[in-house]
Amino acid sequence: MSPPILSVSAVTKTYKTGFTALLAVDLEIARGEIFALLGPNGAGKTTLISIICGTVTMTSGQVLVDGHDTQSAYRAARSMIGLVPQEIALDIFATVWNTVSFSRGLFGKPPNPAYIESLLRDLSLWDKRDSRVIELSGGMKRRVMIAKALSHEPDLLFLDEPTAGVDVALRRDMWALVRRLRDQGVTMILTTHYIEEAEEMADRVGVIDGGRLLLVEGTAQLMRKLGKRRLTLALQQPLAAIPPELADWPVELAADGQELVYSFDANAEDTGIPALLRLLCENGIDFKDLDTSRTSLEDIFVRLVERAA
Amino acid sequence: MSAPSLNVHGIWAIYRAEMARMMRTMLQSVATPVITTALYFVVFGGAIGSRIQSVDGVDYGAFIVPGLIMLSLLTQSISNASIGIYFPKFTKTIFEILSAPLSFGEAVIAYVGAAATKSILLALIILATATAFVPVHIQHPVWMVAFLVLTAITFSLFGFIVGIWAENFEQLAIIPSLVVTPLTFLGGAFYSIEMLPQPWRTISLLNPVVYLVSGFRWSFYGSGDVGVAASLGFTALFMAACLAVLWWIFRTGYRLKP
Repeated sequence: MSPPILSVSAVTKTYKTGFTALLAVDLEIARGEIFALLGPNGAGKTTLISIICGTVTMTSGQVLVDGHDTQSAYRAARSMIGLVPQEIALDIFATVWNTVSFSRGLFGKPPNPAYIESLLRDLSLWDKRDSRVIELSGGMKRRVMIAKALSHEPDLLFLDEPTAGVDVALRRDMWALVRRLRDQGVTMILTTHYIEEAEEMADRVGVIDGGRLLLVEGTAQLMRKLGKRRLTLALQQPLAAIPPELADWPVELAADGQELVYSFDANAEDTGIPALLRLLCENGIDFKDLDTSRTSLEDIFVRLVERAA
Repeated sequence: MSAPSLNVHGIWAIYRAEMARMMRTMLQSVATPVITTALYFVVFGGAIGSRIQSVDGVDYGAFIVPGLIMLSLLTQSISNASIGIYFPKFTKTIFEILSAPLSFGEAVIAYVGAAATKSILLALIILATATAFVPVHIQHPVWMVAFLVLTAITFSLFGFIVGIWAENFEQLAIIPSLVVTPLTFLGGAFYSIEMLPQPWRTISLLNPVVYLVSGFRWSFYGSGDVGVAASLGFTALFMAACLAVLWWIFRTGYRLKP
């Protein structure tokens, strides 16, 4: 195991107003992984990212980027990090080429026009390289934000709500880019409200709420551990109540008694489905259709946050 | 791979971007002071100055040249540097500066260096304009440049502080217009403070701008209201005070980092 590229220990942030945005957060990110940070608005996602990137000062704790302390060795730490913030913030009078080159210089890298060119081509910005930012559409501006964050070839990329308010084409491009960067070995930490994206893209998921990291788990393990499956049977005849024969089963009625829903553990050896179907047959409950579904990360997330509240 | 101990590329990137920003408004920033200076010469040099005897043995039109240059140098240094750092705060692009592997000192060097460069260029343009109206004679050119550079840097540092402190455009404009311009006008730009009746002459000695104008005028004509050592000493003192405030801003993250 190589050492983690990011190690956050006991990071706490209390703002001057007395509001505690983060409480003793611990987190380790392995090199090359994609980590999704989920949480409702105001949970502390952006504060955590801002502390790691150095735009917010932590009250206590320590952050190491590839072993470099973000306070005592901030140069080494920060030169490895790229940040795409939630809000678009650009010098609107600068040209695309200039603002992206500016970012590269700012992060201490010598000019590399060939790299900037390939970056702009990758992000479909090459045709716009001489346009001023003010002339670009919102989606193009967001691409510029990403180009700036990647301009110095960071090892660790933060994407704060990268797909919020983004059209379908750009979102698809964005995820293609994330995959490409992953192939190049870039570690990515993203926050998103689109839970299905985290489920699909992230290797691991962290759920944060009220400044506490409630859970960090591999996406697949999390799905298996907390995932429930459901069998929905569309009945021939609606039922008014659960028949006494089924009283011991975790079933409930839905759609005014038209449907019978059976929840079961997604990992269990024995799903219980054959036994249930036999029982229904014996009791003369006929069904015309059946469907199974798996709980999404969204359901898990909602349950966790509710439990914490 | 160890990071370099000085982020030269970072300083250069900011310096260049700042100069580019200033060049975009070059017409406005050059035309305004040149026209203003020309107007001063017409009014004070031509209309009023023709009735004034020479001051300290210097023709009045020529006498006001150092003061006029100082007036522009101070206001331009402050406004260039304050807008330079205030604008990224306003557009939120400051996040990039704060997250860069750039020390606070390096950011100050880049922003203040660019602001001072521009105001020095402007001062030289005004000087060139002045020579078209009056015969200007520079006795101590090296000292003249030294005062120019020192003052530009000092007041760009001050402007940088103003830009960090300001939370809106009104606050940004208030220091130059409400503090610096009056102090400059009352600082002996258009007269020798010897011409003032008491107690105003003594009170004027509390005005920091008197020392700047006086020292600068000394470099032109060999005489000033206060000794050249006092002028230099004051400029150095004010620069030290600005650096101390900046050090405190850096330590506390005042108005930059929550």
